[in-house]
Amino acid sequence: MTKEHHDNTAPPSDIEPSVRALESLLVEKGLVDPEAMDALLELFKNDIGPSNGKRVVARAWADKDFRRWCLNDPNAAIASLGYVGSQGKQVRVLENTDDVHNLVVCTLCSCYPWPLLGLPPVWYKSPPYRAQAVADPRGVMRQFGTVIGEEKEVRVWDSTSEMRYLVLPQRPPGTEGWCEEELRDLVTRNSMIGVEEAQRPAKTENP
Amino acid sequence: MNGVHDLGGMQGFGPVRPEPESEEPVFHEEWEGRVYAMVRLIGGLELWNLDMVRHTRESLPPADYLAYSYYEIWFAALRKQLVEYGLVSKEELRTGRASAAVSGAILERVMRAEQVRAEPFMTTSYRRPAPGPARFAPGDRVRARNRHPHGHTRQPRYVRGRIGTIDEHYGSQVYPDLSADGVVEGRHHYCVRFAARELWGESANANSAVYVDLWEDYLEDAP
Repeated sequence: MTKEHHDNTAPPSDIEPSVRALESLLVEKGLVDPEAMDALLELFKNDIGPSNGKRVVARAWADKDFRRWCLNDPNAAIASLGYVGSQGKQVRVLENTDDVHNLVVCTLCSCYPWPLLGLPPVWYKSPPYRAQAVADPRGVMRQFGTVIGEEKEVRVWDSTSEMRYLVLPQRPPGTEGWCEEELRDLVTRNSMIGVEEAQRPAKTENP
Repeated sequence: MNGVHDLGGMQGFGPVRPEPESEEPVFHEEWEGRVYAMVRLIGGLELWNLDMVRHTRESLPPADYLAYSYYEIWFAALRKQLVEYGLVSKEELRTGRASAAVSGAILERVMRAEQVRAEPFMTTSYRRPAPGPARFAPGDRVRARNRHPHGHTRQPRYVRGRIGTIDEHYGSQVYPDLSADGVVEGRHHYCVRFAARELWGESANANSAVYVDLWEDYLEDAP
């Protein structure tokens, strides 16, 4: 666990045995079923992660109708790929364009579109990002090597409710005719949070 | 509450320090995953709701909140809630051994592996009917009220007194300020656009705006 943000204060040194002790207590009391615990961890380690969001984005790049559906009725469009139940949290898809770049944060805690991106990265949940993203988004993005020109409007979305935000990055140039599977590889988790743009295709043809 | 969790616009925390995306594990330590799973499974007993959990975390002593890592915050709040709701006694926490049985009604709700696999996306809905018609519509100019509630709220302090424009009416959603006290009622809920200069003054980034989801009770007509 990275401790950079609180290296002046010692965290509880006995966290690991404390966690183990609480777990065995809860199992002994019948409040936690160890098999359910394994099943849950299995899901988040293997099944629920950014690859879900990448599929949504690549499909939206490849299929104009799906893109329109994602923007107009995101819950139905995303549910069609099996990621969010119709009773689930609401999702809004934010489209990056030549004029607008979107960036998502949760200043109050760590709200994040789990079904599409999995659990958030440490930096997303940490004070430096939560503090700075709303006040200086261009400064935050520079720390990821991303420079958005001033002619482009930067929109920051603070996830203060149960609405979840997914950024639809711009399709990189030079990908005309690519199939969905190929496009998927250019979508990064960070580009769906908005701190980066999607990757450019590698130029392997030229010497 | 005016807590340290309300971080938007604060300064002095240093750089973001992202890990390379391809190298970042889901959990950095085994215990983090165990904490995550315990919180989810105990949460599945539905003795408390999401806003109560958030309020417990943001009510930790401010210095602890900032000093703890993310899952340390989760762990501290879980221990607190287990004791508050009588699921675990302080004595049991201390010794690590069970001394009192849990009621059958609660044991019936314990999450099983099949349930976890059947509902991986936590399909809880937060939509609830509103008590009346929506007061605002897209395009309306609004001011975020200058509120300082002592309890839970999802109105970040950086918007207080600031003027914005309704971007979208999202319908009616559980109102967190009441929900944290166990009263689950819907209120109209909007996405509000604030120009960066309105929030951060002259030094704000050029050509940028912040969109914040706010409930109707947080808003008033702009003067």
